Amino acid sequence: MNIAAEIRDVAPETLTEVRPTATEAGPAPKRVVVGYGFWIFLLSDIVMFAALFAAYAVLVRATAGGPAGPQLFNQVSVAIETACLLASSYTCGLMSLAVNSRRRGAFYLAAVITFVLGAAFLAFEIREFADMIARGATPQSSAFLSAFFTLVGCHGLHVTGGLVWLLVMMAQVAVKGLRPVVERRLLCFSLFWHALDIVWVALFTVVYLMGVRP
Amino acid sequence: MSETQHDAALYKAPVIAQEGPSSWLVYTTGLVLALILTATSFWVANTAVLWEPGIPLGLAVLAIAQMGVHLVFFLHITTGPDNTNNVLALAFGVLIVFLVVAGSLWIMADLNGSMMPLQPMNLRMQH
Repeated sequence: MNIAAEIRDVAPETLTEVRPTATEAGPAPKRVVVGYGFWIFLLSDIVMFAALFAAYAVLVRATAGGPAGPQLFNQVSVAIETACLLASSYTCGLMSLAVNSRRRGAFYLAAVITFVLGAAFLAFEIREFADMIARGATPQSSAFLSAFFTLVGCHGLHVTGGLVWLLVMMAQVAVKGLRPVVERRLLCFSLFWHALDIVWVALFTVVYLMGVRP
Repeated sequence: MSETQHDAALYKAPVIAQEGPSSWLVYTTGLVLALILTATSFWVANTAVLWEPGIPLGLAVLAIAQMGVHLVFFLHITTGPDNTNNVLALAFGVLIVFLVVAGSLWIMADLNGSMMPLQPMNLRMQH
């Protein structure tokens, strides 16, 4: 209540001085522009995942007499994968904090933990896929399995790409140091990694948790 | 925070001065909330206590809540003036995602409904 009174008392000129509007502030800093552009890319990527989700949801009952979700999915493995990805998203956030405060040692530590957790996620997923294929649930055996491997595999490929990107960024920090261009690339990487975790939330809910119910 | 501490913080982190020691707290809050929501999702999917037909809806609500937590605490989508463009792009993305998923499901369910009488006939023809 006091704050509102104070704001009313301040003259309009002072207010514009304190917080300029978008047009008065001049061009946005490059960091903001780069983040916005990458955010648009991420949203288009999420729209692509939406198409794969729609295909999966339409085809989930089309098992062609083959195995369905409840016989194939192992919830313990999915829970471990979810924990790995969530923890790596958190350490990725700590990594960007380390970059912001220019603590190189903390950056390397957080980056390595993020990489290891991401790799663990991928290892569990590959083991799950190999197990399914060994039991005869191959992508070509039913429309349901085609849609499943496309959707989950596409997310796994994104994670693989993210891991390669993270290695490249660690090398860039080692060679080039934390200069502005490297910082912006790290910003894009952390956006990418957090967005992958959002896709995984939709994925484990729609595919695994709803899929194990008869 | 005292004046000297504040100056020291500014000196150490000139790039992002507004992100103080509380950003660690933001990520940790996000992690705790996400863990709670994930654990609830797994519990809801496996329990026999809840009303069976309501479970998919409950799982969807939990997933959307967790996506919101990730957006706010990890991706830092806010309602601030410097974030308007990001929020608008996100709103458009959500609209497209909704149209693609709901539209596909609606049309395909409709087509399946029209195909219903054919299925027994096909089966009879095969046997």
